[in-house]
Amino acid sequence: MPTLVYVEHHEGEPVKGSLGVLGKAAQLGDDVAAVLLGSGVENMAETVGRHGASRVLVADDPALETPLPQPRVDVLAKLVESEGFDNVLFGASVLAADVAAGLAARLDAGLNWDLVDLELQDGKLVGKRPALGDSVIAEVGWKSEPRLALVRSGTFEPSESGGRAEVTKVPVEIQDFSKQAVMVEQAHEESQGPSIEDAGVIVAGGRGLGQAENFSLVEDLAKALGGAVAATRAVVDAGWYPYATQVGQTGKTVSPKLYIACGISGAIQHKVGMQGSGTVVAINKDPNAPIFEYSDLAVVGDVHEIVPKLTQLVKERKGS
Amino acid sequence: MSVRPADFPPPFDPAEFVAEPSDPPDERIDVGVLVVGGGPAGLSAAIRLNQLLEESPAVRDRLGEIPVAVVEKGRAPGAHLLSGAVVNPRAFRQLFPGMQSEDMPFRSRVEREGLYYLTPKRSIRLPAPPPMWNHGNFVASISEIGAWLGERAEEGGATLVPETAARKLLVSGGRVVGIRTGDRGRGRNGEELPNFEPGSDITARVTILAEGTQGHLTGVALDRFGLQSRPQVWALGVKEVWEVRKPLDRVIHTMGWPLRGAKKFREFGGSFIYPLGEEHVALGMVVGLDYADATLSVHDLLQELKLHPFVRAILDGGKRVAWGAKTIPEGGFLALPDRFHFPGGMIAGDGAGLVNVPALKGIHYAMHSGMLAAESAFEVLAPGRTAWEPGALESYDQALKESYVWRDLERVRNMRPAFQYGFTRGAMLAGMALNTLGKLPPRDLKLEPDAQVPVFVGDHSAPAPDGQLTFDKLSSVYLSGNKTRDDAPSHLRVDRKVRREVAETWVHMCPAQVYELGGEASPAGNVVDVEVTASNCVQCGAITAKGGRLTPPEGGDGPEYRLM
Amino acid sequence: MKVAVCVKEVPDTSAPKRLDPQTFRLDRSVAGTLNEFDTHAIEEGLQLKDKGGEGEVVAVLMGPERAADSLRKALAIGADRAVHVSDEGLAGSDLVATSKALAKALEREGADVVLFGQQAGDSDGAVLWAAVADRLQLPVVSQAASLEVGDGKVKVKRQTEYGYDVIEAPTPCVIAVSDAINEPRYPSLKGIMGAKKKPHETVALSDLGLGPDDAGEAGSRTEVHGLSEPPARGSSERIEDDGPAAAEKIVEYLSTHKLL
Repeated sequence: MPTLVYVEHHEGEPVKGSLGVLGKAAQLGDDVAAVLLGSGVENMAETVGRHGASRVLVADDPALETPLPQPRVDVLAKLVESEGFDNVLFGASVLAADVAAGLAARLDAGLNWDLVDLELQDGKLVGKRPALGDSVIAEVGWKSEPRLALVRSGTFEPSESGGRAEVTKVPVEIQDFSKQAVMVEQAHEESQGPSIEDAGVIVAGGRGLGQAENFSLVEDLAKALGGAVAATRAVVDAGWYPYATQVGQTGKTVSPKLYIACGISGAIQHKVGMQGSGTVVAINKDPNAPIFEYSDLAVVGDVHEIVPKLTQLVKERKGS
Repeated sequence: MSVRPADFPPPFDPAEFVAEPSDPPDERIDVGVLVVGGGPAGLSAAIRLNQLLEESPAVRDRLGEIPVAVVEKGRAPGAHLLSGAVVNPRAFRQLFPGMQSEDMPFRSRVEREGLYYLTPKRSIRLPAPPPMWNHGNFVASISEIGAWLGERAEEGGATLVPETAARKLLVSGGRVVGIRTGDRGRGRNGEELPNFEPGSDITARVTILAEGTQGHLTGVALDRFGLQSRPQVWALGVKEVWEVRKPLDRVIHTMGWPLRGAKKFREFGGSFIYPLGEEHVALGMVVGLDYADATLSVHDLLQELKLHPFVRAILDGGKRVAWGAKTIPEGGFLALPDRFHFPGGMIAGDGAGLVNVPALKGIHYAMHSGMLAAESAFEVLAPGRTAWEPGALESYDQALKESYVWRDLERVRNMRPAFQYGFTRGAMLAGMALNTLGKLPPRDLKLEPDAQVPVFVGDHSAPAPDGQLTFDKLSSVYLSGNKTRDDAPSHLRVDRKVRREVAETWVHMCPAQVYELGGEASPAGNVVDVEVTASNCVQCGAITAKGGRLTPPEGGDGPEYRLM
Repeated sequence: MKVAVCVKEVPDTSAPKRLDPQTFRLDRSVAGTLNEFDTHAIEEGLQLKDKGGEGEVVAVLMGPERAADSLRKALAIGADRAVHVSDEGLAGSDLVATSKALAKALEREGADVVLFGQQAGDSDGAVLWAAVADRLQLPVVSQAASLEVGDGKVKVKRQTEYGYDVIEAPTPCVIAVSDAINEPRYPSLKGIMGAKKKPHETVALSDLGLGPDDAGEAGSRTEVHGLSEPPARGSSERIEDDGPAAAEKIVEYLSTHKLL
């Protein structure tokens, strides 16, 4: 079952999500190739090789320098056809979604997305994806090969299996229409912290904080954890924090790996905005707060005492 | 010293909602007949008009591009409709001659029924009085009926205008000439947001107000034209629909627990449990809003009701799939307006109080009154006539008084008011009325407005919701599909500093948790601030009955009932 | 300037959604609403037309008959014309089948700019436009937070995990707009009342030159096998302690679960 894993990279480093998918692929089978597309990317092949690929295919060409999807579709399509890969796996990202979808159309191949797990059943690849607002898990499959899969960001942790991969350069041929979109300015890492939609860690504050000033407790903890700050509708209504940070039915939907809810009671209007979070830690002094029903760690206590202490301990742990 | 919600009137003046047309003539929207409200009354009026205009192309041609328009504040017809409901198909047969009941938007025929008196643990079967007999009737979802009637109205040529609030009554030269729709895109303090869209004038030759319970322009019109000399009273109904494992085989009504019969509580009402097809059950708690205990919460009483073994058995293993709340005008015959028409228009349906409380019926009356209003409107659309010449729409009142609607309501007129005297005495008086077909008691009982009933803080408390069978208010609001913009101006008018007893009344009364106690506003601690979260509001209308005033929010906002 | 906006009807967000017990796909028999993200695309299309001074905005929707209501809403908001791709054979279409049918419908229109909303409230994985663009062989730019059109090309600010890219492409092209791009307008009263009269065309598979193998279950390459409960969050731990002790236990927990 030859599998190809798309390894995205940014500023000279392979992206963690892609490496995680690579590791999972290696668990599922031996014949795993990774592909790096870009310009001057060959030096990343070694890192990629250590993370589970038995072969690393490198498509190195100035035409692939900027992170635009369509030239990548051209190269991947040719590669999949010539090498006969059964599966092509992607770690989800803005770029990867466009590439995977374009490839699905090009090859008339099935694409399942938002997967939170992959497994083999009777030798065939099967995926698991949350549905209906993360309230149910659907088992999804493919009717034919190649099988394309987009894995939800951060699902699999990378692991170094050691090993050296065989590195091969692959030809790059790009269609005319794929060259039409041109990057005039490329984004660079923003220094003000992640937006709540992209954040891997979110610390959210609710009415239990007592007053607007106490949001500084939430901000400090978020900063210590390298995460983003979010707010409930009640506190946004009260003017304590901006609407852009509101999580919930009438705000944003987020699914970070870690969601820490401070002084939030957890009405369903809030829950539907964050129920896809990986781990939920809730701190509230009301032992019957609804949020405890869907928290992984329920902490009954006073946010004003617990959060500053928590921030301090986190800073110590992280050595900063 | 007794405290009454009426002592703290809301900052509301009906005159604020009366205006002359102000749009330049080429921006005004001109229609033939304007129907305000896309419920059974309004849509039946539209359908009947379609039928009449179809037969009279000459009249139709004089009405311009839009002969019949129906304005509806919900996202679509049905979205704001809520009822039990057991429907008498009579009006459907009148509106759609020849249609078979299989083709009507009903869920199932009523096969069996039972009336039960509940105690905290037991249920006692009682014989049901004749007004409550439902043989030949059907169980239906009024939201489904609304959606279905909406389709028939459009098919017949009416123009449906959903997501549009009727904010002001346009009055010119002493007569109603149409409505002004509400603005959209204002911020919390009334400021215009980037996508601000002002309302528009819709002018019409005849305006039919069919807004249902607590109709906004209906209230404005009743005041402007002095049409209502006797007070109306309301009940609040809170309802759920459940998916169930075992089909329910009968239509059930209950009385007694969890309501208290002693006179001081003034708790009148009961519950209904209806099979909605094989897989669903609709159940609700309906309580008159003249109750006296501030801590009574109809929402929570419904939750408690579900814990009774009798009800638990019905819902066993099931799942709640819908929730809603709405008031019902309960005054009946003794609370009807003095006149149902005004220069330029008419009032039909629940807005006119045409509900038979003992029989729990209102849908077929709404439809029939809508049809009669359409017929009167059609008469005055003929060449040479206008809707505001003296006596023009008198034919509507006349037709209503000659109809079965009038007869039915008159016969049962004293039954509900009797219960102001507590359960036992009320039952006696009601029984007397029943047996004499309304001839006794000889004197009509008087109705006391809900907001004038003194309230006291009692000790109702609800068991904590378990999330399986019983739920909290916010979960319920979520299930109603309520979408009301967070940063919109509040559409609820209430006095914000009131006696604690009144504030507590509102907090518990509101099924959507709109009102909360703020801090203390007086040294003695008996006047408190009231906080309002208007975006929770499902527009049930209870606040208007008990001391405040509901006005329509932005068009499209509010619940999205589909199974109600 | 001709703009085609692809819109979708999705089940109401808070109504309990059901998966069809047979196919495990979303039960779309219940009427839904116009996907809110698509209202940003419609607004953008209207703004492009307004700036250009003349042109047409066509709303294209693929969905069952009932979805016509959502198309009507697009017309009420201001689209000039509606195209409803509706055919029983399309039921159960996955990305491959959907993109195929939509691409054919869009080919018929020959728009200068094809707009999509950034995702849908139901099961969208933010993938449809890239697939459609590939079939149309047009440049595609997604996550557009701002869009300028002029001189036969577009200039897009694309929002990524790393900030904003600025991308240019010639028209015709496909753009997926993010909800940050604009504030959608409300339909005016005239718009709501006039929607019924605007041209509204229904297009079947045969009109698109497609056969039963191209669409629906037959034309799809993915399938749903079944459903299961998500791993219960229920095995939750509880801490009831004062400040310092609770904070320590939380850190322990985070550490054990590799969240620090």
